[in-house]
Amino acid sequence: MRIATPALLPRARDVRKHGAMTDRAIHVLLIDADRIRASIIEEGLREAGHARVTVLSDMANLMRRIVEIDPDVIVVDLANPSRDMLENMFQVSRAVKRPVAMFVDRADQSSIVAAIEAGVSAYVVDGLKKERVKPILDTAISRFNAVDRLRRELEAAKTELADRKAIERAKGILMKTRGMTEPEAYALLRKTAMNQNRRIAEIAESLIVAAGLLGGEEKS
Amino acid sequence: MSAPPDFEIRAGFIPLVDCAPLVVAANGGFAAAEGLRLTLVRETSWATVRDRLAVRHLDVAHILAPMALAANLGLGPLPTPLIVPMSLGCGGHTITVSSGLWSDLSAAGAPNDFSAAGAARALAAVIAERRRRGAPMPVFGIVHPYSAHHYDLAYWLAYAGLAPGRDVELVVVPPPLASDALAMGQIDGFCAGEPWGSVAVAAGAGVILTTKANIWRTGPDKVLGVRRDWAERHEDALVRLIRAVWRAAVWCDDPANREALAELLARPEHLAQPAEVLLPSLSKRLIDPTGRPREVGGFLVFAEQAASFPWISHALWFYAQMVRCGQVAFSPAGAETAANTYRPDLYRSALTALGATMPAANAKVEGALASDSPAGASQGRLVLSADGFFDGRVFDPDDLAGYVGDTRVVPRHEPPA
Repeated sequence: MRIATPALLPRARDVRKHGAMTDRAIHVLLIDADRIRASIIEEGLREAGHARVTVLSDMANLMRRIVEIDPDVIVVDLANPSRDMLENMFQVSRAVKRPVAMFVDRADQSSIVAAIEAGVSAYVVDGLKKERVKPILDTAISRFNAVDRLRRELEAAKTELADRKAIERAKGILMKTRGMTEPEAYALLRKTAMNQNRRIAEIAESLIVAAGLLGGEEKS
Repeated sequence: MSAPPDFEIRAGFIPLVDCAPLVVAANGGFAAAEGLRLTLVRETSWATVRDRLAVRHLDVAHILAPMALAANLGLGPLPTPLIVPMSLGCGGHTITVSSGLWSDLSAAGAPNDFSAAGAARALAAVIAERRRRGAPMPVFGIVHPYSAHHYDLAYWLAYAGLAPGRDVELVVVPPPLASDALAMGQIDGFCAGEPWGSVAVAAGAGVILTTKANIWRTGPDKVLGVRRDWAERHEDALVRLIRAVWRAAVWCDDPANREALAELLARPEHLAQPAEVLLPSLSKRLIDPTGRPREVGGFLVFAEQAASFPWISHALWFYAQMVRCGQVAFSPAGAETAANTYRPDLYRSALTALGATMPAANAKVEGALASDSPAGASQGRLVLSADGFFDGRVFDPDDLAGYVGDTRVVPRHEPPA
């Protein structure tokens, strides 16, 4: 098991080729209650040459803050409950520069799917050229995906560690109560798991619980 | 095309009590009995439900009825053609106000029994008084611009001569944040689906002033929205889904199942709220401003009295309100699009064999029944309960143009800011 390191995150140069140098004037506002993810995405945007990035992780007074920040592109995480409020505000407010949802023309179906699968929604001030916005969105999407992948790997690593501990403990119980050797204990666990079409760790866990109930195991 | 057994349908929902028929269909064996695997996907905003329907992450969803009309009228981002083969019941939302506003309203003669007319008059008096003092207008939260909540609130305000934008500021507030926004004084009231009114009451943040049932008894709210392309490709699965959700809705209406329903909805993967704040709405006994439970007839009905029937007249009423609120310009073609969104034909063909009560007509004059009355039914005995609007007006879907031209119904107003 290998845990992704920041080195595995998409490199800045991957997105720079889209012509980020001309995008310096675009002010990107990132709204994400998840501060860690927000800072990773912010870093990615900066590395890609988008110097004007503002992050909002606190949803208080969101409307007033947006008016003050006056962004050209707004990136919002899809799970943010404030999306309905933001969309309505963009539609009717005279105070902000009328951002519209990205891809309203639906010309780029694959980008829409990629964004939504990654958990990204984006709004762009009307009139801003699509070519200028796409690299920003691509960066956001790849960083969202990277954070997601990192977290899934971390979760898997945690589970794997817990699994190993459970199997070790179950082997110990079998060795003690049934007088088995370690390979014998492992073989029994594996055989039971195969017969029942379950994971070895699950069998180990039920054995630990059962042993605990029967008082067959001393507290370790 | 006939769907194979264990056919998966992905259904989006927002954590509100009226998602109950979908949750029960998925968890109570009703979907499985139809050979369906109903996978529920909880979302946090209507915008995300809409987007996930657009990219086909979802096949069907618990949605605000006017969202389906808006999508078919091409309004808003990513409009995806949707159909409405059934309603998820009569509305279960409340107008809840802050304790501070309630003390002013109470002093101005607001009733304790949720009655809408007295509450509206009291609000008009409070607003007039605030204006004399130079105080800002009250701020009310709604859940979405295309929602029964928005139109009901505007309709209720209009009764007292109040208009959003002029007398009351409307803002969109996500329902889970509404109770806190009320407590912090960011808003003075909100119109949102249960359990959020009861949550605010339980938190001591506000009081329920009036309810959907008091404004429009047996009026509609959420529906089952289905992607049109999916429905065309999976006719058989849709029939089975309608049956499963309808059976689940009948189960939800049975008082004997109320505790079990509250427990099921309370789970972390559904509403993640204590069962105690779900029971007032499920038992139609909401906490009144004096702190006592009060029976609200016609509140949150899932299937009884054809509550799940997709009345074309409901679609047209919503369309009329969209016109009145300035969201869309009236046109006969637009009205036709709205009417065609609702599919009573699919409801009939799925449920006639099950013995569901079936109205003879697809549309009715809304608000015409002052008391419970027998209605034409092609199957079963249908007694429609009093469906009055609190102001005594009626909505005749055959006179749509006349209705939208009547400025007394909902004065034209600014959309919510």
